[in-house]
Amino acid sequence: MKCAPFEYVRPSSVDDVLAALAEADGEGKILAGGQSLVPVMALRMARPAVLVDVNRVEGLSALDSDGDTVHVGALVRHQALAAQTLHPLLAEAARHIGHTAIRTRGTAGGSIAHADPAAELPVVAVATGATVTVAGANGDRWVAAEDLFAGPLMTTLDPDEMVTGVDFPLPTRWGFAEFARRHGDFALVTVVVAEVGGELRMAVGGVGPVPLRTHATSAEALGDEIDPTGDLHGTADFRRGVAVEMARRALASAGIRRAA
Amino acid sequence: MNVELVVDGETFEIDVEPRHTLADVLREQCGRTGTHVGCEHGVCGACTVLVDDEPVRSCLMFAVQASGCAVRTVEGLEAEDGTLHPLQQAFVDRHGLQCGFCTPGMLMTALHLLDTHEQPDRETIREEMSGNICRCTGYAGIVDAIEDAARSR
Repeated sequence: MKCAPFEYVRPSSVDDVLAALAEADGEGKILAGGQSLVPVMALRMARPAVLVDVNRVEGLSALDSDGDTVHVGALVRHQALAAQTLHPLLAEAARHIGHTAIRTRGTAGGSIAHADPAAELPVVAVATGATVTVAGANGDRWVAAEDLFAGPLMTTLDPDEMVTGVDFPLPTRWGFAEFARRHGDFALVTVVVAEVGGELRMAVGGVGPVPLRTHATSAEALGDEIDPTGDLHGTADFRRGVAVEMARRALASAGIRRAA
Repeated sequence: MNVELVVDGETFEIDVEPRHTLADVLREQCGRTGTHVGCEHGVCGACTVLVDDEPVRSCLMFAVQASGCAVRTVEGLEAEDGTLHPLQQAFVDRHGLQCGFCTPGMLMTALHLLDTHEQPDRETIREEMSGNICRCTGYAGIVDAIEDAARSR
């Protein structure tokens, strides 16, 4: 199908983006890579009145490291994330996103703001304890990834706010494992483990409405902790089983067989 | 809105609605009906074109977003005298197509693959082509064709 009509604006600064969103009064939507938004518009599941195209906004494509944390600008494409060597966990996660022609367009900020519970980057953000920079009318605020995700495709962002970047702590050890039905599909379950500042952290995607930071740091304990629901992709027990196995693999690839 | 597109080297200055996808504008306003529209929501890969040398699903990009960009479509592949591009010829030789619907997207994705990989192995080819769906060939002929094209250059 074709998208419903909308008004299109293409600001060149974050301030102008915020002004356009404020003017749209809740009916505006940010267009970044468009790899999730345009399909739902084509299916008429979303009909924003105003699209604010941020692709030509200056200063949102930075990718740099201070040694402890890697800053990823909102407009960094998945392809660039997959190719960079500053943050190997992010590179591994980005390689699992869609296909080449998706990764050339899809953006880090878009993936975080879209908040798909099955997407890769939100799970990495929660696992590493990333901080999301949010621009709004009153200036910037900084939100812990865990506090950003509010439900499937829902965040605590206001309609006139914008994600401008994400700071991902660099883990000393990490593991990433995901299970998808077909190569490039959204994951059924993703498990990320990351050792940050001496603390082992685990997050799992696909077993709830948001990426879940678990108390568990072992595969067995994860199985007891999560409470997945069944859907057409698999029963609750199947998801739990896959999550336990993915946790085992993520921990093994991080060199951590059993958490202390 | 006015947009300027350079399609296969030809400049177009056209008026489009913001909601018109690059795929639709290529087909309906630039005469590039070689670019096929399959699923219209980014799943099948048939509409893949190169925008500033990067493969893009033209059903997931609005034409206004490509303003000022250089777009390459399947129709820019053959030489001026009609000689097929070596990649096209390899698809013919190795049964890389049957009905041909997916082929424009396959070719543009494969073109980028060859541009970015010196000597891709079969695994790399399968990985890079994984976003393009073919319902006829079973893919083996497509992988053969791309492997041939990579080796014979």
